[in-house]
Amino acid sequence: MIRNQKRLGVIGIALSLTLVAAACGGDDDSANVDATTAPTTQPAAEPAAEPAAEHLGDGSLGVVTVAAGEQIQIRSLEAITGDVAFLGVPNDRATILAVADYGQINGFDVTTGTSLDDLCSAEGGQAAAQTIVSDEQVVGVIGTSCSGAATAAGPLISESGGVMLSGSNTSPALTSDLIGNAGDNYNVGYYRTAHNDLFQGAAMADFVFNELGFTTAAAIHDGDPYTQGLAQAFATAFEELGGTVTAFTGVGKDDTDMVPVLTEVAAGSPEALFFPIFQPAGDFIAAQAPGIAGLENTQLLAADGLLVDGFLQIPESEGMYFSGPDVRFGENVNQSTGKTAAEVLAAYQSEYGEPPSAPFWGHSYDATTLLLDAVKAASWVEDGSLMIDRAGIRESLNSTSGYSGLIGTLSCDDFGDCGSQKITIIKHDSSADIEASKANVVFEFAP
Amino acid sequence: MSTIDTAHSMAAPTAATWSPSIKRLAQTAALCGLGLVFISLIGMPVKLNSRALIEPILSRGYASLAWVPVMFGYVVTKQVVLEGMVAQKRGASDVAEGAIVGAGGGLLLGILGILIDNFDLRDPLLNWSPQLLEFITFGNGLGFGVMIWVVIGGLSGAAGAGLHLLPATIRRFIMVIVVAVVGISFLETAATDLLQGLRLEFVSDGIYSKTSGLTIKGSVITGAIAAVALYGSQQLQQRRLTRLSQAPPAASGFTPGAAILNSFGDARSRLKVGLGILALILLPMVLGGIMNELLANVGLFLLLALGLNIVVGLAGILDLGYVAFFAVGGYTAAVLTSPNSPWLTPELPWFVAIFIVVVVAAIVGLLIGAPVIRMRGDYLAIVTLGFGEIIRLLFLSDWLSPMFGGAQGITNIPGVQVAGLANVKGTDPRAVFYLVMAFCAFAIYVSWRLEGSRLGRAWMAIREDESVAEAMGINTVNAKLMAFVTGAILASLSGAIFAAKVGSIFPSSFEILVSVIILVIVIVGGMGRIAGVMVGAAVLIGVLGGPSQPGLLQELAEYKLLIYGALLVWMMLKRPEGLLPNVRRSRELHGDELTQDAWIKSQVAAQDEIDSDGAGSEVPS
Amino acid sequence: MLVIGLLAFVAQQINPTNPFASWVNPDANRLTGPALRDLIISGLNLGVMYGLIALGYSMVYGVLGFINFAHGEVFMVAVMSSWITSEKLFEAGLWEDFFIPSLLLTVMIAIVVSTTTAVVMERIAYRPLRGSPRLIPLITSIGVSFFLQNVAIGLFGPGAKRYPQLPEWLTARRTLLWIPGVEVEGTKILVLVVAGVSMAMLWYYVERTKTGKAMRAVAEDKEIAALMGIDVDKTIVRTFAIGGAMAGVAGILWGLLFRSVVATTGFLPGIKAFTAAVVGGVGNLGGSMAGGVSLGTAESLGPLLLLEPMGVKGPTQLKDAVAFVLLIAVLLFKPSGLFGERLSAEDRT
Repeated sequence: MIRNQKRLGVIGIALSLTLVAAACGGDDDSANVDATTAPTTQPAAEPAAEPAAEHLGDGSLGVVTVAAGEQIQIRSLEAITGDVAFLGVPNDRATILAVADYGQINGFDVTTGTSLDDLCSAEGGQAAAQTIVSDEQVVGVIGTSCSGAATAAGPLISESGGVMLSGSNTSPALTSDLIGNAGDNYNVGYYRTAHNDLFQGAAMADFVFNELGFTTAAAIHDGDPYTQGLAQAFATAFEELGGTVTAFTGVGKDDTDMVPVLTEVAAGSPEALFFPIFQPAGDFIAAQAPGIAGLENTQLLAADGLLVDGFLQIPESEGMYFSGPDVRFGENVNQSTGKTAAEVLAAYQSEYGEPPSAPFWGHSYDATTLLLDAVKAASWVEDGSLMIDRAGIRESLNSTSGYSGLIGTLSCDDFGDCGSQKITIIKHDSSADIEASKANVVFEFAP
Repeated sequence: MSTIDTAHSMAAPTAATWSPSIKRLAQTAALCGLGLVFISLIGMPVKLNSRALIEPILSRGYASLAWVPVMFGYVVTKQVVLEGMVAQKRGASDVAEGAIVGAGGGLLLGILGILIDNFDLRDPLLNWSPQLLEFITFGNGLGFGVMIWVVIGGLSGAAGAGLHLLPATIRRFIMVIVVAVVGISFLETAATDLLQGLRLEFVSDGIYSKTSGLTIKGSVITGAIAAVALYGSQQLQQRRLTRLSQAPPAASGFTPGAAILNSFGDARSRLKVGLGILALILLPMVLGGIMNELLANVGLFLLLALGLNIVVGLAGILDLGYVAFFAVGGYTAAVLTSPNSPWLTPELPWFVAIFIVVVVAAIVGLLIGAPVIRMRGDYLAIVTLGFGEIIRLLFLSDWLSPMFGGAQGITNIPGVQVAGLANVKGTDPRAVFYLVMAFCAFAIYVSWRLEGSRLGRAWMAIREDESVAEAMGINTVNAKLMAFVTGAILASLSGAIFAAKVGSIFPSSFEILVSVIILVIVIVGGMGRIAGVMVGAAVLIGVLGGPSQPGLLQELAEYKLLIYGALLVWMMLKRPEGLLPNVRRSRELHGDELTQDAWIKSQVAAQDEIDSDGAGSEVPS
Repeated sequence: MLVIGLLAFVAQQINPTNPFASWVNPDANRLTGPALRDLIISGLNLGVMYGLIALGYSMVYGVLGFINFAHGEVFMVAVMSSWITSEKLFEAGLWEDFFIPSLLLTVMIAIVVSTTTAVVMERIAYRPLRGSPRLIPLITSIGVSFFLQNVAIGLFGPGAKRYPQLPEWLTARRTLLWIPGVEVEGTKILVLVVAGVSMAMLWYYVERTKTGKAMRAVAEDKEIAALMGIDVDKTIVRTFAIGGAMAGVAGILWGLLFRSVVATTGFLPGIKAFTAAVVGGVGNLGGSMAGGVSLGTAESLGPLLLLEPMGVKGPTQLKDAVAFVLLIAVLLFKPSGLFGERLSAEDRT
């Protein structure tokens, strides 16, 4: 056994030595002397020669060639396993549905390949992005699910000339502060259809203080960067308005017994309790809060993490307010596939046997069709092959304006925010009629 | 489930008086069917079906089922032949039995199809879906579906059983070819990446189809190469054996352990080691981004596993909270180097910070270790697990967020400045891999020297029997503490590299899961053996993937933890000493069997009734 | 000990003056009487469930001398199967109309499924490992735990599953034991009662019946028990079965109380329950229950009574840390647990 390995090792070394010697001959990453190989990115330096069909892009980021019979490669990079799978799985599925609905581009099929997993972590996003950029055929990425993963994946995708469109990242650091200053982690080529979370906390604080007229409030997060940031933004804004934050605390994602944390909160007798967290912890808070002495009359508030059918269906969620993106999808039509939100939702249910577990499936669907439209705009057929100009994809996305999607009208700003920045607050009256609640907007907030 | 089932049925010691019993056949067929139904219901076939194993003829979805009847067919006709017992004659009845088992299993899968068609159980069972039904029936209606699965099952079962009819050498060839084809097909990403690095794209274009999987031609070529390689290695082995048998008898008495030690003194093997190191240094250059990233992750986990190997493998302390030291290393490095960290921003260069990291890790190791080290083994496991959680909760808490950032973690961690060379950070996986490699080399050297040292022998003595070790004059508490602290330091180094590599650090990277996965690496590889740990890290992190790191088998990412669990159980049942066992440890686990074995051998020799075939021998040696 | 102290402290504060009226700590924690009442009750609830799960750990440890890490997953299987049953009954319209028979059916199915799981687990994963070094079965059980957890994810998906609503008369607040002011949700009372009854039945079974005696004999010394004509294998299977059944009871109570289940539901309670078993003294049935209650109340009361006055921000985030600190403290000062271990001869060190 041991001897075998050694021998193999020696053979391997010999092999690699000769090959390295061969490869090092004119080794320079940019010099693609060896053009015999099939599809790779070419430095399209001869633009004049081609009488190509009209397309966007100047070729500055390279051109991807899809040979006849091959597929256009895009990738889905979502949190499809682990704790946050409830968020990533619907995004991934919506992406696959959108690709199927979209059909061919100039006679070429589109594939998402194997769905990649960002594991909702920086290291997962980094590793997956490395996989993506190593395949030069990939023209775009739909993802990530979590902002942390996007922070690490963004630089890699951006440097490779690719684009990444997320349906559920909301961290302001990934795009801009919406008044023209790029965020800490902004990378060119990053777009999102989800809203920028800059204002959600402020919107909720404004609503609670001014509309509901409460002066005391508490906030609970679950240790996730997203929920902690949102709860913190709410608390800060609420205090700036002149309110008092009686408690700011957290639960664990796996906690079930919320009595201790609710007792901690109840000690300050807040008039409102904001818990922008996820299921299942959110279910437990909603179910157990009314039974806590001191919280019987406290108004419960949550954010988009709980704006899902599974939560709205439980009777304890009745009477709550939810902040979040406008989810009045109803009969909105995606202009690229012609499907309405209701149709997509029905297709989702029949394909996967369960309703989406998070509200960003529509965002991912639209992100996918936006990407495919951009690919279409940046591509042309030449000698039976499809040529796709990477710079053209970015150009097309940058100029997106007035695009009709499932989630409403999309227009991209200079830092990749394509979604509507309007935060709506809805009042949930009846667990029997969820759709009515989703349309029951009581407050709108736009910067 | 199926692996366990097999394990169980293999474990059942059917005596040599083997006779075909209907009950046994029915049982195995039922198990086979349950295996098929189970795999179907966790959704594996449907999810994998979009990709091909061998382009037009076999999809990965069907492959994920096809192996089950083959295996059961093989298992049901397996004879447990102990030394000295006469093997039964093989014949057509074996094949028939395999076929029955396979067909029975296939029938159950067909019945599942009928059930799916008639009852809607999709509410609890997510994969009770029309897609599964279509998969089972090949879109051709139920009758066809049931029939075809009985046929497929029967044929596969017969094939599995038929393996017994073949001579051992041919069987081995078949195995190697199948493994090679499946492996090369699944490892498409890695192979393409490697071949691209070597400027050999034509090879990957030649064997892989444009969509996914090998082409038929590609699989034939792969199989042929595998067969030739096996033949070649067998020839070499043969030649070496003849050379050994001609050598003076003194050489034949050596043990593998001694061979390893000797090999370092041997000039020729020193040359080999040198060449190996050279190859490792050159390797990242020819590898592309994916493989470098992957190997960098393997290296990070290898570093962790080497540390845990000292704690668990050498000293026998089961530490289930090992991730705590990984976290401490990562956070210390982040706090000291990142300009964004909320507390203490000296923004030290990484190479300065690393010394502080080591000191901090050693202190934390002592603080945790001192109280727990005296506890009984399994109590210690649960207490260290508790410590691991406490540390993560502290890093996560709002209370300490002014120091460690709480849920928001610490971002903008700069890379590692290597004077005059490069800034090693995540966007350059090649550089990261070199850095990781250097640290792994250091850790391997340390582990190797420790293993042979007085302290190392003390650890092993404690592992085997603590009271005896104490009686021999070993200060067990001190020795165990030393192991604990050494492990902590190695983990903290890994954490510091991890922080620089990812560029940001969040408490969610340090869940209990990480501890368990590191433990699995050490165990699967072989507790207490450096080479074993290396193999374990490569196989598990490289192929299956780590807790937040994708492996080569991206398709199986969803089933990764399931496979980890099943693998852990299977290893413990079948090969508790690991893939590459530590000789001493293996003796400890199989001591009884070895002596028994020796006894049987002597008896057999005395009676001069050596069974020349010995193919079905199940006695571990 | 910490918890006994805590309980004494609370009781002292509550009883002599004005029971659960408006006991307000003037210092930091602003805990009112009702708040304390809720904390104690929820701590007790958690505690008895930990205790029921801990019985399985404790008995298996007593007999085989290893931590069956996967026992938490047996509990999860029980919660899952009771969810499926109640959900199906609800769909059929039986849950609301015939609540009590439906509930009993759910309980039976949950117990049968969890018991079967435990027995199958023993047969496949642990029996072949009898007599191997003690870390081997422990590591195996970690593998089994992972495996079962991910099987549940594979079969039922990762999302949270909701139980159907419970009838109003069950969830309404009632006065517990006619003590004025102690008004508790009916479900929580039910949890305490059921746990108490199961515990009593188990105690009777183990201490008073012949099979129970056999079990204790095997725990004491397997070889001698075998010589006395006790079927050791059968007894071990029985131990696993009873542990599984107790986890089943805990599972259904968990389901009724929290009405939600995910595939990872069993992991943390499993670890806590083992912690409880160790705190109470492994192998000691009463100790397991007492350990569970100590742990549950420590988790529930500890953060607010201890950490908050210390100025810790967001103390309840650290409630699991409190539980583990309790474990460490107990093992440091009383390594055999609060109520003493009952271990077989070869396991005593």
